[in-house]
Amino acid sequence: MDFNDSKDEAAFRAEARAWLERTAERRAYPGETWKARYGEAEGLARAKEFQAKKHAAGFAAITWATEYGGRGGTAIQQVIYNQEESRVLVPRGYFEIGLGMCIPTLHAYATEAQKQRYTPKALAGEEIWCQLFSEPAAGSDLAGLRTRSVKDGSDWIINGQKIWTSGAHFADYGIIVTRSDPKAPKHKGLTFFFLDMRSPGIEVRRIKQVSGASNFNEVYFTDVRVPDTQRLGAVGQGWGVSITTLMNERLAVGDVAGPDFDEIFALARAVELPDGPAIKNAAVRERLADWYVRQQGLRYTRFRTMTALSRGETPGPEASIAKVVSASKLQEIAGFAMDLEDMGGAVLDPALAPMRAAFQEALLYSPGGRIAGGTDEILRNIIAERVLGLPADVRIDKELPFDELPSGSAAPGPGARKR
Amino acid sequence: MNFAFSDEQQALRDQARKFLSDRAAPARVRRILESDEPFDRELWRGMGELAWTGTAIPESYGGAGFGYLELCVLAEELGRSLAPTPFSSSVYLATEALLLAGSAEQKQRWLPRLALGEAIGCLALAEGPRAPHPGNLETVARGHRLSGAKLPVADGDVADFAIVAARPEGGAAAVSLYVVPLDGAGITRTRVETVDPTRSHARLVFDAAAAEPLGEPGGGWALVERLLDRAAVLFAFEQVGGAQAALDMARDYALGRFAFGRPIGSFQAIKHKLADVYVALELARSNAYYGAWALSTDAPALPVAAAAARVAASEAFYLAAKENIQTHGGMGFTWEFDCHMYYRRAKLLALAIGSTPRWKDRLIARLEARAGA
Repeated sequence: MDFNDSKDEAAFRAEARAWLERTAERRAYPGETWKARYGEAEGLARAKEFQAKKHAAGFAAITWATEYGGRGGTAIQQVIYNQEESRVLVPRGYFEIGLGMCIPTLHAYATEAQKQRYTPKALAGEEIWCQLFSEPAAGSDLAGLRTRSVKDGSDWIINGQKIWTSGAHFADYGIIVTRSDPKAPKHKGLTFFFLDMRSPGIEVRRIKQVSGASNFNEVYFTDVRVPDTQRLGAVGQGWGVSITTLMNERLAVGDVAGPDFDEIFALARAVELPDGPAIKNAAVRERLADWYVRQQGLRYTRFRTMTALSRGETPGPEASIAKVVSASKLQEIAGFAMDLEDMGGAVLDPALAPMRAAFQEALLYSPGGRIAGGTDEILRNIIAERVLGLPADVRIDKELPFDELPSGSAAPGPGARKR
Repeated sequence: MNFAFSDEQQALRDQARKFLSDRAAPARVRRILESDEPFDRELWRGMGELAWTGTAIPESYGGAGFGYLELCVLAEELGRSLAPTPFSSSVYLATEALLLAGSAEQKQRWLPRLALGEAIGCLALAEGPRAPHPGNLETVARGHRLSGAKLPVADGDVADFAIVAARPEGGAAAVSLYVVPLDGAGITRTRVETVDPTRSHARLVFDAAAAEPLGEPGGGWALVERLLDRAAVLFAFEQVGGAQAALDMARDYALGRFAFGRPIGSFQAIKHKLADVYVALELARSNAYYGAWALSTDAPALPVAAAAARVAASEAFYLAAKENIQTHGGMGFTWEFDCHMYYRRAKLLALAIGSTPRWKDRLIARLEARAGA
């Protein structure tokens, strides 16, 4: 067991740090984000620029094979790079889905020519990908999806609606799972494709969130044509392809970004309570200790996962821990920070609230972290079933044809009210 | 970076687990629980023969000359098995105190016997229901004679010597540590009942008992702090081992027990509860790993790492132990089921070298010191 860098790791760290110092910018205040600095349109353009430089320097996909534009490096190098990157201001939320989930799925099912065509452009930030999975009537019950695909000559025609699609409004391509056979049981009638997000018949509508921001979308499909050459996996085998994506998702969705222990610790040192500095209050200290232990526990858990990866072992569903812990921790920290500010905690104006209202903003966006990429409840099921080996939930719909399933009334999407 | 135990250390773990599952199975632990025997002497002898008691003692003092990572591996297995022995008192505390501050003569006298398990040591710090600190110790030293009472002292009834914290009589001056052989005049030891009878405890009363200074006069409290930091990592591994055993037990029961026509482990209320235990345990394990690295390299990060490991492991074991009983339902609350042995041990270990709130306070104090004033 050695927590220090080996000689090679130290050299890699120095290289990464030097490159980031030359290329990336420092945060103006703790917790500053790319979007807060640059806003939406400029943020996207600058993010693409940064990603191109990152790719050119060989940091965009450290563990991928060199023949697809990766570095052919180790999992530990990826950890080291991530540590160094966390010290500076870098774009977040543009490329993670494509590189973390879509391209790995392509690599498992696409032709060699397709892999060569799409991988380098995704790595360089020239093309952004999104993942079209969730539907209004099928959230956590992903296989309950209703978007239809019907074969028409050498094409497929897609009709239906997806929702909670992050980045669909700026994505160039998407991966999509559809229902091709409603007479089959729900997991067996699915077929998977990738498609051009600019295809005729695709309409993207942005969803306004609790926080007022719009990071994700509803996507409507009206007679959208997709060539059969863009099918991933066999007809009716789309569930297996989706699982490939979701396995990668669990690795890619780690911590939920936002103010963490360092920020709440700094606030507690700065704020006065009626009996003195907040940091001297026993109840405050106890809460802080809890968050420190959780933050560090996650950090070292990730190191254990990476050590296993570097030894050629496959990471298991243990990675589910990261999101289930960090998302609820963020929500707790945000709420507690506002309590420390007492009546003033309600102020959301970045010019007037401590830390430019990072805690207040986190209060409003953190509920999403407990839902996106698998709800806390689904992640607990995964831990219970795949790690602890407890029985799966009873599934009364498993063998029934999809079109005979009881459905209740489909939950309407947010856009439904507007229409 | 490499955040795993080596193949050799894993082999030691396998060997330890096999030995302990043969010799310290729940039935054996229960025998200690239900008898007047203070600890399992046969198990203790076996651990001495395997040189576990001398794991971190240098070969020049008769030890095995391994390191602290090996000791962490053993601690986890001892925790898993609930081994009813004075290992933690003798190895994590008394042996470490001598290694940290003992004179050459003190080391030569005690360490070879400690290494073989022939001698047992303990730490006498607490003085009843309050957190001991330099300002409230009532055990006093007049020259090399100690007077006062310590309660509770883990293994104080069976140890050959105690490391005792005391203040000079009549002054507010700093605390010193002493080595006190427990067979001398002026010493009364009385076994006391605690929440976990599988780990023996005593009240020690000193009446002008002969004592020998350990380390610098007045440097006792700094030594206690260093000692507790090191022990915290080792206790954390015991707690992680205990938590894992309690979680395994709950999982196995949830798979085999049926209600409403299904295994109770198929209900989300049970699944989510056990998933939460697993998460707490893995976070504790990871913090303990970092503590193990800091301990084994004597890193400056040790005080922070030790406190984090201590807090995470104390909470994880208590959570695992109490939810194990809950998962077992009424059966879990009976004497016949083993759940209560983990529950007892979880709370005992969480108090053993200071309570969780106190370690949380230490953790934050150390982070404040690190961040600067």
